Amino acid sequence: MLHIKNLTASIGDTPILKGLNLDVGAGEVHAIMGPNGSGKSTLAHAIAGRDGYEIGGTVTLDGADLLEMVPEDRAAAGVFMGFQYPVEIPGVNNMYFLRTALNSVRRARGEEQIGASDFLKDAQEAMDLVEMKHDFLYRSVNAGFSGGEKKRNEILQMAVMQPKLAVLDETDSGLDIDALRVVAAGVNSLRGPDRSMIVITHYQRLLDYIKPDFVHVLVDGKIVKSGDHTLALHLEDHGYADFVNHDLDAAPLTGATA
Amino acid sequence: MSETMRGIEKLTEAEYEFGFSTDLDTDIAPPGLTEDTVRLISAKKDEPEWLLAWRLKAFSAWQEMEEPDWAKLQIAPIDYQSISYWAAPKQKPVLDSMDDVDPDIREMFDKLGIPLHEQKMLSNVAVDAIVDSVSVVTTFTETLLEAGVIFCSFSEAVRDYPELIKEHLGSVVPVRDNFFAALNSAVFSDGSFCYIPKGVRCPMELSTYFRINSMNTGQFERTLIVAEDDSHVSYLEGCTAPQRDENQLHAAVVELVAKDRSEIKYSTVQNWYPGDENGVGGIYNFVTKRGRAHTDAKISWTQVETGSAITWKYPSVILQGDRSVGEFYSVALTSKHQQADTGTKMIHIGADTTSSIISKGISAAKGQNTYRGLVKMLRSAENARNYTQCDSLLIGKKCGAHTVPYIEVKNPTAQVEHEASTSTVGEDQLYYCRQRGMNEEDAMAMIVNGFCREVFDELPMEFAVEAQRLLSVSLEGSVG
Repeated sequence: MLHIKNLTASIGDTPILKGLNLDVGAGEVHAIMGPNGSGKSTLAHAIAGRDGYEIGGTVTLDGADLLEMVPEDRAAAGVFMGFQYPVEIPGVNNMYFLRTALNSVRRARGEEQIGASDFLKDAQEAMDLVEMKHDFLYRSVNAGFSGGEKKRNEILQMAVMQPKLAVLDETDSGLDIDALRVVAAGVNSLRGPDRSMIVITHYQRLLDYIKPDFVHVLVDGKIVKSGDHTLALHLEDHGYADFVNHDLDAAPLTGATA
Repeated sequence: MSETMRGIEKLTEAEYEFGFSTDLDTDIAPPGLTEDTVRLISAKKDEPEWLLAWRLKAFSAWQEMEEPDWAKLQIAPIDYQSISYWAAPKQKPVLDSMDDVDPDIREMFDKLGIPLHEQKMLSNVAVDAIVDSVSVVTTFTETLLEAGVIFCSFSEAVRDYPELIKEHLGSVVPVRDNFFAALNSAVFSDGSFCYIPKGVRCPMELSTYFRINSMNTGQFERTLIVAEDDSHVSYLEGCTAPQRDENQLHAAVVELVAKDRSEIKYSTVQNWYPGDENGVGGIYNFVTKRGRAHTDAKISWTQVETGSAITWKYPSVILQGDRSVGEFYSVALTSKHQQADTGTKMIHIGADTTSSIISKGISAAKGQNTYRGLVKMLRSAENARNYTQCDSLLIGKKCGAHTVPYIEVKNPTAQVEHEASTSTVGEDQLYYCRQRGMNEEDAMAMIVNGFCREVFDELPMEFAVEAQRLLSVSLEGSVG
């Protein structure tokens, strides 16, 4: 599925990712945790193809070299990114945006365009999934949305786009507990054998709702520790202090598995 | 919707699509403007003596006037003596049916997507097609006549309805109004006339397609719309022009008369040749558009301006009658080296008059876009109200957006509101759209169209689609 090898990313002279390796198999959910500034969002943008970074290393999805592709081609290859700060586009209604997006990737893949009524049906199901009211489709993309609505909209888009790989960047930030529950339920229902997910989060609490298969700790541009979901519980108790400016071998990880 | 996006994709690959030139056997007057030129035009058109006198009065006024220089436009000097003021395609004087139309002309309209031969059957829009200065064919006249609506070329109106023309010509835009209006009044070639009788709701949207087709031939259109008491009309004006290396002067005058409780909705999509990316060529567009709204009448201007090298245009409303309403919705896009100085004037005379102005200026490449608007509340304008919103969108770092609102209030009960904003198309927005699979051009088109939504919502459906196409084409190459 996704293979990331020795990935580096820098802005100007400032290195952010410093040789990151990660393999995500089909159907797996990987959580990436780490303190602020460790490079979590940069990893997401490096996969999605944002301009402005010097990128090194390799990133392949089902053998295809993502780093060679512009963002829209990566989307067509099946990459979806849930944004930490979804962008507002005034005057463009959600439905139009979403259908244009879907038909863009379909066209890139040589598939048929989806008609209005079929699309509406799919969109309706996706809306039920994230408990959105019908008028939601006709509002401008993210304009005037609450923080919770924006995040739900990201999951709605993911549900419609049906990506191969979803990278969710701090999808839990700014959510109250009810919104978190809704978003997590949406994500869980989209898990499947053909879909891989990378869930980036600062806090363990999201992982109470979305059980990852693997947890990775990202510190200073590198994955310094990988484990199962119990690693997240360890972080909950001990914070990232164990991994920051410490000799990793000396980190008291015993508590995590106890 | 996907239809539109596919359309956009096709169009973004195109150079100025309508930049072909059909070879019509044109009858052109030698360049130059003197009293004799004015007499020649009038004679060519078999005009009555009173109209010649009117033209000559305008010509002598024009000679004493100077070009306005207050607009934020850089214009190479215009040599009015190097322009030819008359061009007419040769054709049979009377056409029995559409089949009699010159095949070249029909082909040209087909290229423009106006299949005239199908108009009658397929669409509910009457088209008064103008090639250069003479009206070639008028459709739907009979249908309209049944409703009592007159819709014909200006020349025909002068011949068939001289009293109506005499009464209203120059009643809203006097010959001395401004330099370009005076010029137009002296040499106007043809145009459209529309008359809606009392209490009649015009059964279809009226549409005129203008087309400039002769090298070095300025176009001087004259449009007059008269809506009698309690009548209603929606008028569409759409323009394209072929690609030229030399600037072409265009100075049109549009006059609207909205009598008591009537409504005139006037929509324009303007796509004249803007010049190339080096700023060579392109249309000079100096237009005077004004309407007079009587008691309880409403005049609404909607314009989408994407073409022309120079745009100088201020569709205005004189809110004369009590409770009359004036509206101005505008999208003006300048790319390449285009310059636009456009806006509106709302002159409140009557009590309880209201006006609203929604202006969306888009600047890309080296385009310069100025909103210039006047809101004037006279002493008599008791409880008059105006709301103005001017939004500017910048694409790239070499363009400019300027907002110049003038507000004059002489009545203390009047209320004037003005809001303005300037924004850029953000990298973030483009990236977001691209992550969702759209290419950069589509994403840009979507974002810009969203910015213009409030204005596009005012356009009739088919115009709204065309307007979106035009924006996308005009923005081609301004991304990245």
